[in-house]
Amino acid sequence: MLDLLADFGRKGVEAFERLGRGHLLFLQILAGITSLLPRPGLLLTQIHSIGVRTVTIIVVSGLFVGMVLSLQGYYVLSQFAAEDSLGVMVAASLVRELGPVVTALLFAGRAGSALTAEIGLMKATEQLSGLEMMAVDPVRRILTPRFFAGFISMPLLAALFSAVGAIGGYFVGVGLLGVDEGAFWSQMQSKIDWNEDVINGVIKSLVFGVICTWIALFQGYDTVPTSAGVSRSTTRTVVHSALAVLVLDFVLTALMFGD
Amino acid sequence: MNTVPSLIKIRNLHFSRGDRSIFNGVDIDIPRGKVTAIMGPSGTGKTTLLKLIGGQLRPSQGTIEVDGQNVHELSRKALFELRMRMGMLFQTGALLTDLNVYDNVAYPLREHTNLPESMIRRLVLMKLEAVGLRGARDLMPSALSGGMARRVALSRAIALDPMMVMYDEPFTGQDPISMGVLAQLVRRLNDAAGLTSILVSHDVEETSSISDLVYVINGGKVIEQGTPKELADSTSASVRQFMSGLPDGPVGFHYEAPTLEEDLLSMRGGN
Repeated sequence: MLDLLADFGRKGVEAFERLGRGHLLFLQILAGITSLLPRPGLLLTQIHSIGVRTVTIIVVSGLFVGMVLSLQGYYVLSQFAAEDSLGVMVAASLVRELGPVVTALLFAGRAGSALTAEIGLMKATEQLSGLEMMAVDPVRRILTPRFFAGFISMPLLAALFSAVGAIGGYFVGVGLLGVDEGAFWSQMQSKIDWNEDVINGVIKSLVFGVICTWIALFQGYDTVPTSAGVSRSTTRTVVHSALAVLVLDFVLTALMFGD
Repeated sequence: MNTVPSLIKIRNLHFSRGDRSIFNGVDIDIPRGKVTAIMGPSGTGKTTLLKLIGGQLRPSQGTIEVDGQNVHELSRKALFELRMRMGMLFQTGALLTDLNVYDNVAYPLREHTNLPESMIRRLVLMKLEAVGLRGARDLMPSALSGGMARRVALSRAIALDPMMVMYDEPFTGQDPISMGVLAQLVRRLNDAAGLTSILVSHDVEETSSISDLVYVINGGKVIEQGTPKELADSTSASVRQFMSGLPDGPVGFHYEAPTLEEDLLSMRGGN
């Protein structure tokens, strides 16, 4: 019983230590922006690696999510003879919720896991130590550009997801189910509010960009430098990111839309 | 030997990992311009010692002075400035795997100088020429053998013309030709560039052949120091066992454990 209690206490202390290290790393990463500004090339390379290479999965997923939304929405709305509102329903769902959330989940699976594995392997193969001994700060040189690349990429990817999703919804709603094309687009245009819907969605995806990239970088940087350690950290990145995104989405939604 | 001023002075060094004591009052002087070897059985903390000298680890007690500066009292900026005058060759090479050989060697030059690309090219080619790998400049690290990777890492370590180079087990896992080439390279670079070299190794023969001074570490302490010749003639049982590679002696082969009989007869489950 005592052993169990001691074990529980030890794990609790370890978790708090890790949380502390994570926050310190976050501050170090942010402080690194001063060294990033004179070298925008580092940021652009990472935006390509983290953002551009995630475009395919975002476009394909966005298309199908929009198509399914349209299909499901049509069956519900048609019961109330409100098919013309299909465009609003699809767009609101995408811009407010599914765009930021699903993009963040996909981002964690594609880019987040890759970041953790990359940084973790750099640690395991002493590349990070090598940089330190070359008087190069690995946080500023490796982590900061990746962090800001994730921060910038996430809202852009979420916007792409929502745009492609709306087109997917259009194909199914107008092309297959016969919803009026004019009503589909005009209702969407008139009912989707710039501040209420679009800006709130962008804020969500910015928050998710910070959280997902931070978790991925910290897990890689704090990994146990063995193959099992890197594997565990990569799994943790995906799990922690997904949970953080879903919990934060609830909190943000309550703050933004709960009157 | 004692007339040569020390570049590195280590005094009363203590360091532990968890409950395990690695160093327990170590004093070492690394003379300028010489090749000094730190030898000892595996697990005695030789690599840890290099990380302590480079300021990557902090001792629990004692001081390490490099070129008159206490490494662990320096600000981060001052430590990085000091590191620019230190080169380190890691056991794995630690090359950046997404850059080719040329860019790896050019990396510290691009990070720390504002030299034009034409000048960087000349310097990189000269450094690669020194390790015999000028022709391999377009290869990626994954295409290099272990020995070649270490030679590239060595040319990167000397890219900024440091005052000293630390070598972490440079001979481990090398074929006899690579080993001989690396050993001669260490000696030649040290003499030609006026470096101070610290060589951590457990390869007795190769290390002794190029070292001016040898420290043997075991059990958290320096158990012997002197020229390779003096160590070969040492009467210390531990040193003789290590230098001759004998299985029996004060340095135990087995990790601390209960007797085999006790373990085998133990009815406890698990391990």
